[in-house]
Parts: sequence; structure tokens; C-alpha cells
Amino acid sequence: MSSEAVLFYAFGGLAAASAVVVVASRNIVRMAVALLFALGGVAGLYFLLAAEFLAAVQLVIYAGGTLILIVFGVMLTSKSPFTRLQPRPIEVGIALGIGTLLLAVLVSGILLADCAGAFASEPLPADQGYPMQTLGQALLGDFLLPFELVSVLLLVVMIGAAYLAKARRRPE
Amino acid sequence: MQSVLASLADGSRTVFQRFIFGDSPQPLSPWLELAYSLAIIAVPITGLVALIGMIAIWGERKVAGHIQSRPGPNRVGPFGLFQSIADGIKLILKEDLIPRQADRPLFRMAPYLAFAPVFAAFVALPFGPEMTFEPRLNAGVFFILAVLSVEVMGVILAGWASNNKWSVYGAMREACQMVSYEIPLGLSIIVAVMAAGTLNMVQLGLLQGGGLHTWLIFRNPFTFLAFILFFVASLASNKRAPFDLPESESELVAGFHTEYSGMRFAFFFFAEYAAMFVVGAVAAALFLGAWHDPFGLLGYYHQRFTAQGALGGLVAVNLIGAAIFTAKASLIVFVQMWLRWTLPRPRIDQVLYACVKVLLPMACVVMLGAAVWQLFVAEPVGIPWAPAPVGYEPFSLAGYRAAGWTASLVAQIILSAVGVGLFLAVCGWVMYAALHARRVRPRLFEPSPIADKRQEIAGA
Repeated sequence: MSSEAVLFYAFGGLAAASAVVVVASRNIVRMAVALLFALGGVAGLYFLLAAEFLAAVQLVIYAGGTLILIVFGVMLTSKSPFTRLQPRPIEVGIALGIGTLLLAVLVSGILLADCAGAFASEPLPADQGYPMQTLGQALLGDFLLPFELVSVLLLVVMIGAAYLAKARRRPE
Repeated sequence: MQSVLASLADGSRTVFQRFIFGDSPQPLSPWLELAYSLAIIAVPITGLVALIGMIAIWGERKVAGHIQSRPGPNRVGPFGLFQSIADGIKLILKEDLIPRQADRPLFRMAPYLAFAPVFAAFVALPFGPEMTFEPRLNAGVFFILAVLSVEVMGVILAGWASNNKWSVYGAMREACQMVSYEIPLGLSIIVAVMAAGTLNMVQLGLLQGGGLHTWLIFRNPFTFLAFILFFVASLASNKRAPFDLPESESELVAGFHTEYSGMRFAFFFFAEYAAMFVVGAVAAALFLGAWHDPFGLLGYYHQRFTAQGALGGLVAVNLIGAAIFTAKASLIVFVQMWLRWTLPRPRIDQVLYACVKVLLPMACVVMLGAAVWQLFVAEPVGIPWAPAPVGYEPFSLAGYRAAGWTASLVAQIILSAVGVGLFLAVCGWVMYAALHARRVRPRLFEPSPIADKRQEIAGA
């Protein structure tokens, strides 16, 4: 086993285990913390692929932005110190359905994809990685629209956090 | 981390790896690689963070003392130098209290979450041309910003998990402040990155190797302004005074760490002082010429020794560079302390006003200005002193004129003169203040105020 493999399993295991905690936990803030570790594990995987820029983006947008907005939204909108989620059976059913569907799509996608072709391309020189200029021009040139669309994400997160914290008080 | 591993495997080692392991291209075993990578990163950084924390806390108290006309810590060791060690022992021995109503796992985890990101930021700091833990981190500047933005999570969790109103207020202020000040901070960094054309910390350093006028702060008027914006925004994102509202002791007891004691409390302090150093180091690396001296000597000798392959010379350049780099970062840390004991604390709404309505528009204007400047004024490109295709001669007027960089050179010289003038004026001001201050030094060596009482008691 090479050292990359050791690190791959470590980061992958961290991401997977934390993701399970995110789903299983009932406490929003604990979920957010578990999500932090899941995102950190994925960022570690990106580092392992030498995609430092993507890893840093992962940390800034998700760990530094999204998560803080979630926790912030919960703090501002909830009254009890430890907000608890009590999902109804229908909600669990919907979530299970969507989750299974997503898993099926991902697994079939991975199985059907032609990975051999993807890795056959010319590897980047080891001492340079990828040039930042190319990346910047791609983001603000060819992929400007997707890039702008992604920035709506933080707004969605803010609304979602406020909704989650508010939904708790509905039965009262 | 990939490239540390790759560099060990493929035999293309950095100067320090070659110094330790020799030049043999034989790859190490995978577990040894892993252990080496972890050890070479973890051991020096842990030592560095602990050392910085101890010296900075002693320095802060000493600076505070002298600004307030009192000696500061002066009982333990020469000049009270061992005060931090005594405090450390006290903190280790203290009981680790956890409030009964706290969220225990989160309460325990929060100090480490605040500490670990700062620790990670050290990986990208360039102490010298070859003296950095990961020289090939291409997104180095962005990486540091990213890990520092995770640090807030620890603070927010600490406040939340304490289940204490003051702590939650502190945490919420921190979240507000951090989320808003990150934007001017990022924009001011972008100005420097635009002028340099790279995000790699080592390359940023190499670009500034040709003496004072090649430092990025003096590159054009907008980088000069961007440095000031960066410094102000970094104070806020570091929760340093005047932006220390998350822990404002006059309103919130101690803010987010009210409920913490012992080593967990110490971790917050180490995180804070290490983050101050990281921010100072980023300022030094991005704007203040990284590890270079003002005369371009280190840059020149680095290129010369690289061309000759003189390993000993390179190690010497790196060590001197590390000393200069640390001195520059420490200077910024000193200014942060100085401001803390000079300025009063604004209200939280004033802090947010200052960010959104003052700092943010200024940062946008500076960024636009820097972009326009680069469109119209040709700036020197390449690494000073380096051989021809990538390099240029930083002190050759004819070379500048031939390349069409004259306008840029004029701006650089004017800005350097302004910068040096300001620096000397501030130094003179401080010297004047120090000379005319109430004398505190003689009192350092006076006997303890209770000495005569002790004798009285002993006599009776």
C-alpha cells in the first residue's frame, strides 16, 4: 500500500463516517460539526489529487461560508439552546427515496464511465501543477454562467437554515 | 501533501530534503515517506506555534505595561521572560471545568477546532526561498485564507456549546465580523496577487527579491493602499482590538471563552497569537518583500548560489531569510499589540458599518484601480536577478527603459520614498515617546513593595 493509498482511505473514511453522523444526528449544531469533518475529508481528498485550488475553494465556500451561515441562522432563529429535529415519517421516506435515487445514479455513473480514457491524457508536470492563469480565465470566460449560478448557493443555505430552525416550532 | 510525497518518491528534493537525505534518487518506503511527511510538518510547526504563543503573550503584556507606564511582568526570570512558562504550568495544573448544561462533546472539541486551522496555515508560510513546508502549493495564499476561515467555526462552537448568553453573543459577533471582513480582506489580497500574477507564496517572495522598490507594497499606488486595507481587515478577522468584540471583557465577561479554563483556554490563546503571526507573515510575504532585505542582497545571492549549485550558501541564504521574514512578521504583530493598547473599542454596529460602508467600497475601488493601472502602465515582470528569460536586473535603469517600464519605475521610487519616510517618521515618533515617557525602568529593580512589611512581620 502506498502512502497516497493510506491517506486516501483515511480522508475517505473520515468523510464517509462524518456523513453518516450528519444524517443520524438530531441536533442541528452537531450535524453542522459533523458536516465540517465530512467537508474537510473531501478537501483532503482534493489535496491528495494535487487540486489545491479546489480544496481551498471547498474549505472557503463550504466550511467557511455555508456552515457558518447554517450555524448563524440557527443561532438567530431558534430559542432553545440545543435545537432538535424531529422528522416526520413522510419526511424520512422522501429523504430515503431521494438518497437512494442519487446513490443509484452515482453508482451507475461510476460503473459506466470510461475511466481509462480520463487518465490517459498527458499528466501535468510535477513541479508546476496546473497554472492558475488558465484556471482563472476558464472560470471568468468559458464557464462564467455556471460560476455565477453557483454563487446563489449561499443564499439557498441561508434560507434553508432559517427554515429548519423555524420548522421546529410549527407543532406548538 | 501530494507534492511532498511526490518529491520524496521521484528524488527531486528540496534543498533541505537534500541536506537531510543526500542526493540519492532512491525512493523511500511508503510508510517512511508518510512518517517523514507528517513528522517534518507537525514537529516544527508545533514547536513554532508554542514558541510564538509564549513569546507573543509575554510581549503583549510587556508592551501593554510600557504603554500604560508600568513595568509589566518582571518577577519570573530576567525581564519576566519566564512568566509565560509559569502561566503555562498554572494552566496545565488547573481543573478542566465543563458547565453542567453545556453540550459536552462540542465544548471539548471547540478549542481544537479553533487551533488546528491556524496550525495548518503554517504549512504554506515561506520562511525562505527553499525554507517552506510545501513550496509547490500553487494556491498558497488562497489556502491560508481558506484554513483561517475555518477557524471561526471553533469560536462559534465554543460560544454555542457553553450554553451561556455572553458566550453566544461573543460567538455571534465573531461570526458577523468574520463573514463581513473576509470580503475586504480577500479583495485587498487580490490586488497584490494581480500585481504579482501568482498565488504561490514562494513565487510571490521570489518576485520581490530586487530591493525595496520591487516589494509589492511599492509596486503601484493601489497595492500601497491595499496593504493598509489588508492590515485593517486582518485586525478584524483576527478579532484583535479595536475589533475584539467577540471577547470584549467590559460587556461580555470574556465572550466566547467565558466558560473555559485550564488547557482548553490556553488553546484559544495559542490560536489567537499564532493567527496574529500568520497574518503578519502573510502581510510580509504578500506586500513587504517576504524574506528579502531592502537592498536585494538575498535575492541576488540566492540566484547566484542556485546557478552555482552551492548548497551551503543556499542554506545560509535560507536561514538569514527566515530571520528577516520572522522579524517582519513580528513587527506586524507588534503593531497589532500597540493598536490594542491605544485604541478604544467601537460598538458592534459601528464595526459592521466600518466594514460594509467604508472598507468594502474602498477595497472595490482599489481593486478596480489596480486593474486599470495594470492595463495602462507596463510593470516589471519576472524574478529579479534571475537568468535572462524569466529574470531582469532590478537596478539597471537602461534595462527598465528598454523594456518600457519607466513609468512604473517612477511610481515605485516615489512610493518607496513615501513608505520609507512614513516608517522613519513613525520610528522617530516612537523613539520620542519612549524617551519622554514616565520612567518605568528603574522601578524594575526596586525591591518588592511588600519587602518592608515582610521585615516588619519577621521583626515582630
